[in-house]
Amino acid sequence: MLLFFEQVLNGLQLGVTLFLMAAGLTLVFGIMNLINLAHGSMYMMGAYVGASVTAASGSFVLGLLAAVPAAGAVGMVVEIVVMRRLYSREHLDQVLATFGLLLFFNELVVILWGRQPLFMNVPPLLSATVEIVPGAPYPAYRLAMMGVGLAVAAALWLLIARTRLGMQIRAGASNREMAGALGIDIRRLYTLVFALGAALAGLAGIMVAPILAVESGMGESILVVTFVVIVIGGIGSVRGALVGALMVGLVDTLGRAFLPLSLRAVMAPAQADSAGAALASMAIYLLMAAILVWRPRGLFPAAG
Amino acid sequence: MRITALTVAACLMLGASAQAQTPVKIGMITTLSTKAGYLGEDIRDGFKLAMDQEGGTLGGVPVQLMVEDDGRNPERGKQIAERFTQRDGAKILTGIVFSNVAMAVVPKVVRDGTIYISPNAGPSKLAGSGCNKNYFNVAWQNDNLHEVTGQYVNDAGFNNVYILAPNYPAGKDALAGFKRFYKGKLAGEVYTKLGQSDYAAELAALRAAKPDAVFFFLPGGMGINFIKQYAQAGLNAQIPLFGPAFSFDERLLKAVGESALGVVNGSQWARDMDNEANVRFVADFHKTYGRYPTLYASQGYDAARLIGSALKATGGDVGDLDALRDALRAANFASVRGAFRFGRNQHPVQDLYVRKVVKSDDGTMTNQTLKKVFSNHADAYAPECKL
Repeated sequence: MLLFFEQVLNGLQLGVTLFLMAAGLTLVFGIMNLINLAHGSMYMMGAYVGASVTAASGSFVLGLLAAVPAAGAVGMVVEIVVMRRLYSREHLDQVLATFGLLLFFNELVVILWGRQPLFMNVPPLLSATVEIVPGAPYPAYRLAMMGVGLAVAAALWLLIARTRLGMQIRAGASNREMAGALGIDIRRLYTLVFALGAALAGLAGIMVAPILAVESGMGESILVVTFVVIVIGGIGSVRGALVGALMVGLVDTLGRAFLPLSLRAVMAPAQADSAGAALASMAIYLLMAAILVWRPRGLFPAAG
Repeated sequence: MRITALTVAACLMLGASAQAQTPVKIGMITTLSTKAGYLGEDIRDGFKLAMDQEGGTLGGVPVQLMVEDDGRNPERGKQIAERFTQRDGAKILTGIVFSNVAMAVVPKVVRDGTIYISPNAGPSKLAGSGCNKNYFNVAWQNDNLHEVTGQYVNDAGFNNVYILAPNYPAGKDALAGFKRFYKGKLAGEVYTKLGQSDYAAELAALRAAKPDAVFFFLPGGMGINFIKQYAQAGLNAQIPLFGPAFSFDERLLKAVGESALGVVNGSQWARDMDNEANVRFVADFHKTYGRYPTLYASQGYDAARLIGSALKATGGDVGDLDALRDALRAANFASVRGAFRFGRNQHPVQDLYVRKVVKSDDGTMTNQTLKKVFSNHADAYAPECKL
């Protein structure tokens, strides 16, 4: 029971990290109708800038303050230089172009930082473990990550539901032509949304930097799962991204934790372990397939 | 992408004594791009260091090293090998980092009469039934570093070990290698997703299984993630961690930091080995490249010095393959790991050690040799080799 609780916590924490990635991606995909494979590169830029600034200054907060705007700025430049030419093109062209960007950024960090993966430590204040329930020490940093993710979710909700910019974003997600016809400056809106998405990815990047390897290509492994999240949640919906991210985080974690164990009840241990491991890595895709059968446009499709 | 270390100029500078000998061409197919690019980089730099120390020659014979990046892609490796042997006429190839690339390249080139010296990959097939007189492995058979760790964990009296590796062939081989010498109980045997970054679920399950030790094989970034998260979960203070050297080379340690302190890992080489060849290698490597060598660099260096010893014996003649093979088999060079000879399957028979991760005086993380575990250890597949 204790273990189950701990694994649920792990799942929620993974989900919150995924949400930071998925929120930006779903906005870009939903509003601009743009498939952006380079989203993981923004995450990587956030991690690299954050780790370097933290190492140079010794302060995690400074690293955070540098990483998020840096990723946002890179996103803005990418939008102005490359993405603008892609909005009217087919999805296949977008995939090709953004895949090219992904390779470009992977090589860029190698040129700038070298092949050596960067080191970044958990900030000293958060380096301890906390026993939320006795007997299951949990890293304080992971709790902090959860807190940051939920705060961002709340802030995004406020932004989208309560501000003028949010209204424009919602309008853009439901019907781009109509929003443009009503006088919203779509070009500016696109640049802003893209930069916002990139900044969120950068935030995810620096948040995970202390627990993961900061290395070239680190964005790809999370990118695939992020796409699963936004497809489950419904493309263009931030609420969907949150729900989808938490579902994927939970299913992935609980699958990894308990599938091999439960299969042991019906099979020999060695087979149960390898079948369980294989099933666990498929679990999120099975979840996606099941949800798409039930709701072909995802859980919370943006109206339109 | 192609780096050619042309050594003709160096020969001219050596004066008239060096006749107008055409340099011996050596083709290096290695992994310089992708996340694993640093492995190939170190193998290449170790190899080049051996050439530089001899003024662009190996064993006094001028050599021309051609390096190309396989991008960890077996198909690309095959194409490069073809180019090196067909177009450039290289008689000696080396450099491959990964076993899947090696399995695509090596069987064909050695069948066609090219010598291949492996500085890293040692798949079981090439050590056993697929061994070939033109194939030499100067590093280890893949299982060796897991075996030595297994023996050490067994000797140290651990009796309930939790073992963990990625769900792919090398991961399964790793755990099999460990279990070949570890005789105690298993608290759990877990296969994780290849390329996984978050290990929270596995760590919670591991803690609940209450093992007395943990053995893991997670190469590259996966290892960085695992070791950091293991320490952050407070487990490093409770349950000792063991692994092969692959997760504890000097460059990974830099990215892991103090989370890895005290971890015991199995290897055939360590920076602090006190023999003449190694002291010179470590000092020169650090001077030339400004960083400390990894085991991969030591393997690249040994590969070059092995080739040098053979070229010296044959006077630079690579036309007579029988003589060249005999000279290679003699392994008449001072390896940086001390004693070294080839077994019947032309894989190393060597001492294997465990090392401990420590912080050196200048603040960098490194490994300190703890203990020799195996003397003259040969791999488990040698009996299947029909050479």
